Amino acid sequence: MSDQDQDNPRRDFLRKSLTLIPVVTVASTGLGGSMLMAAPAPAQASPVPPPVSDKAYEPSYFSAEEWAFINAAVARLIPADAQGPGALEAGAAEYIDRQMNTPYASGALWFMQGPFNADAAPEMGWQSKLVPKVIYRLGIAATDAWSKAFNGKAFAAQDSATQDDMLRRLEAGGSEVSAHFDAVPPKMFFNLLLQNTKEGFFCDPIHGGNKGLVGWTMIGFPGARADFMDWVERNEQYPFPAVSIRGERA
Amino acid sequence: MATIMKKVDAVIVGFGWTGAIMAKELTEAGLNVVALERGPMQDTYPDGNYPQVIDELTYSVRKKLFQDISKETVTIRHSVNDVALPNRQLGAFLPGNGVGGAGLHWSGVHFRVDPIELRMRSHYEERYGKHFIPKDMTIQDFGVSYEELEPFFDYAEKVFGTSGQAWTVNGQLVGEGRGGNPYAPDRSNPFPLEAQKNTVSAQLFQKAATAVGYKPYNLPSANTSGPYTNPYGAQMGPCNFCGFCSGYVCYMYSKASPNVNILPALRQVPNFELRPNSHVLKVNLDNTKSKATGVTYIDAQGRECEQPADLVILGAFQFHNVRLMLLSGIGKPYDPISGEGVVGKNFAYQNMATIKAFFDKDTHTNNFIGAGGNGVAIDDFNADNFDHGPHGFVGGSPMWVNQAGSRPIAGTSNPPGTPAWGSAWKRATADYYTHQVSMDAHGAHQSYRGNYLDLDPVYHDAYGLPLLRMTFDWQENDIKMNRFMVEKMGKIAEAMNPKAIAVLGKKVGEHFNTASYQTTHLNGGAIMGTDPKTSALNRYLQCWDVHNVFVPGASAFPQGLGYNPTGLVAALTYWSARAIREQYLKNPGPLVQA
Repeated sequence: MSDQDQDNPRRDFLRKSLTLIPVVTVASTGLGGSMLMAAPAPAQASPVPPPVSDKAYEPSYFSAEEWAFINAAVARLIPADAQGPGALEAGAAEYIDRQMNTPYASGALWFMQGPFNADAAPEMGWQSKLVPKVIYRLGIAATDAWSKAFNGKAFAAQDSATQDDMLRRLEAGGSEVSAHFDAVPPKMFFNLLLQNTKEGFFCDPIHGGNKGLVGWTMIGFPGARADFMDWVERNEQYPFPAVSIRGERA
Repeated sequence: MATIMKKVDAVIVGFGWTGAIMAKELTEAGLNVVALERGPMQDTYPDGNYPQVIDELTYSVRKKLFQDISKETVTIRHSVNDVALPNRQLGAFLPGNGVGGAGLHWSGVHFRVDPIELRMRSHYEERYGKHFIPKDMTIQDFGVSYEELEPFFDYAEKVFGTSGQAWTVNGQLVGEGRGGNPYAPDRSNPFPLEAQKNTVSAQLFQKAATAVGYKPYNLPSANTSGPYTNPYGAQMGPCNFCGFCSGYVCYMYSKASPNVNILPALRQVPNFELRPNSHVLKVNLDNTKSKATGVTYIDAQGRECEQPADLVILGAFQFHNVRLMLLSGIGKPYDPISGEGVVGKNFAYQNMATIKAFFDKDTHTNNFIGAGGNGVAIDDFNADNFDHGPHGFVGGSPMWVNQAGSRPIAGTSNPPGTPAWGSAWKRATADYYTHQVSMDAHGAHQSYRGNYLDLDPVYHDAYGLPLLRMTFDWQENDIKMNRFMVEKMGKIAEAMNPKAIAVLGKKVGEHFNTASYQTTHLNGGAIMGTDPKTSALNRYLQCWDVHNVFVPGASAFPQGLGYNPTGLVAALTYWSARAIREQYLKNPGPLVQA
C-alpha cells in the first residue's frame, strides 16, 4: 500500500467533515445561560464563513520545512480515523505556530537563571536551558536529518507507517535516535510536540486549535457551558453539544 | 534612598486569606491598616468574567493565576548532600499571586482539624509510647487545643459560607444517616449551608465505601449549596458545578475567596488601604533586633519604599513567610546537623495517593461536572481513628472522591497500558473521559529532622535576594503509610466493580518528584509551639524574638494534617487576631513569657 492510498481516506474524511460541521456564532461575549441551553440553531441562523482550512494559514514562526513537519507530525499523533477528525483537522498546527509567539514559547513563564544542570534526574523537573521555540527548531532539524539519512526523504514525505515508527522511537529516546540529536534530547522534543498537539486538539478555539470543536465532541466535553446544576446527580449522558468562548457550537 | 511612607498602625504582607482576615479584624479594632500585595489587583470582575474564564489553556495549562516563578521560585534538593536546583516550571505545588492569593484559585475543601493532630507528639506518646515515633521525626504539639479554636472554626465557616453536614452540635447527634462524619469533633453550630449535591462519582464512592464497611460523609465545602450572605454582608450565589474551580476565579461568586467574602467589607472602611504590585523585600528591625519598625518594598513603578508600622503581619504563602523571616533576620535559622534553631524547621507536605477506576459506557460520571470542595470522604483511616500499633507508622489519611471538574487537556486519563497518542489513545480517551472515578488518599505528612528550609547559596530572585531552598524527601514512614492507604482505598475501588484500575502510590525508595502536581499544602518552617527553643512562634502566632511580628499561615503548622489546611489556617488567624485585639494592643509585648 502506498502512502497515497493510506492518506486518502483521511483527506476524504477531512473534506467531508469540514463541510458538515455547523459553526454558528451566537454572540461574542456575555452569553446568557438560556441562550447556550437553547436547541441547536437551524442551519440558516447567523451564517458565518466556514472555518479557515490549515492550508490558508500562513505560519509566522515555522519555516516551510518546519511547517510541513508540524502538519505531518500532528496528523500522526492524533490521526483522523473512525473516531473522527484528528489534530490536523482541528488546527493543531496553526495552534502550535501561534503559540510560538507567546511568552510561553520563549520560556518567559519559567525560571531561567543559570547555572543549568540539564542532566539532573527527572524528578527534579525541567532543568534544561532550552525553551519551546528553540526545541522545535532543533528537534525538527534533527528529525528531518535522521529521516533523510534513512531514505533521503524528510519526515513529512515518509509514509504514515514510517512516520509512526519514527515518532515511537523519538518517544522512547533510545540510543539509535539520540545519535542524531546532539542539540536536543529526542524525548524532550517528542514530549513537547505531543503536549502541544493535545493542547491544539482540546483548547478553546480562541487559541487557534480545536476547530469545529472536534476535540471536545470526540470525548463529550461541553466546553464553555459551565453550568451543570441540574446534572450533578444524574447517571445519564449529558445531551447538549459543546460551545466555545466565542459562542461557536458543535 | 527609599521613599518613606506615612506610618500606619499595622502593615500586612500579602493579601490572601490570612492577610484579608487580619485586615478585617485589625480595622474592626480601629487600627489604620495597609496591606501590601506583590501581585496585581484581581477580582471576580473582570478576572473571573464568563465566558473568558472558561479557558483551560490559559488557566490550568499556562497557569495564569499562579506565582510568577520567572521572577522568584524555590530551589529543591533531596538531602543535604545534594546541590539544590531551581523549580523552573511550576509542578508539585501552585502558590498564588495577586489579590486573593491562593485563596482565589483554591478548590474550597474546608475542614476543621482532627483534635489529636493539634497535639500530635503528646497523643502518639500517650497511646503508643515514646519509642513508636521514629528518632528523626520531629513532630510537635501546636500548643493550642481544638476546644480553644472551636469558636474560630465556627466563625471562619460563617465568613466562608461553608456547606456541610454536622455530626454533633453541642453534643446532640444530628448527622447520622444524613452525611455527617462520625469521627468529626463536636461543633457549636451546624454548617452555615447544607451539604452540596453528590456527583455520580461521589455516589459510587459512598456506596462502595459503605459496602466495604466504612462510614462515608459529605466533604465540607466552601462552595455554596445555596445563596448566602456572610457576617460581613458579602453575598454568594449557589454553586452550579461549572467544573472550572481549582485554578480559576469563580465566575458564580460561589467559591469562598478573600476577594468575594472579605474585601467588599474592607472597601467600606476608611482605615484600610490595599496596595497591589507592592513586593516586600524585608521586615525592618530596630537596633535591639527585638522590634520591627516596618517593611521595605518595591512599588509598582520599581521604587523602593519603606512602610513604617507598629505591627507587622506576615500573611504571605507558607514558604514566603519563612523566606521573609530569614531575609530579615527574625528568629534563629534552623540547623539540621545540630537540630538547633527554629526558622525553616519542620517543613512538611502532603502524602498523596490516587486510584482511578474506569467504567463501561453505562456509568456516566460526567467528569466535566464538578465543584472544588465537593465530594464524599471517609475518615476511618484518618488521624488516629484506627490502631496504628500493628502497622508501625505515624499519621492518617482521609480518602475521598472530590470531583472538582476535569478538563480535556490536563484532565483526561486512560487505563494503564494505553498508548499516549495515535488511534488507540484517541479511542480510549473517547471511551473513558466521562466514565471514570478518581479517588485520593490525602495523607498527613510528618516533619523530620532533615526536611527543612533555608536560603539558597547560588540562585537569587529578580531583586538579587537569595531564593528559598527546600531540602526535602519522602521518609520510610511516609512510604509505609502511603502503601497502607493504597491497599485500603483499593478495596473501595474494587467494590465499585470497574473495568480497570490505575494506582498512583509511592514505591519504596521513591524520591520527591518536583514535576508532578501533588498539592499546594505546604506546612511549617515558622512553627508555633510552647517553647522558643523548638518553635519560631508562640501559640498566638507571635514571633518569640520580635514581639510585634505575627506570622499566620500553614507555615505555623509543626507538621502536615490529614485534612486540607485552609480551615485551620483561617481559624488560627482569627485566634491570633483575637489575641492581638484583646491582649496585645492594650499592652504590646510578648503574649507568652519564654
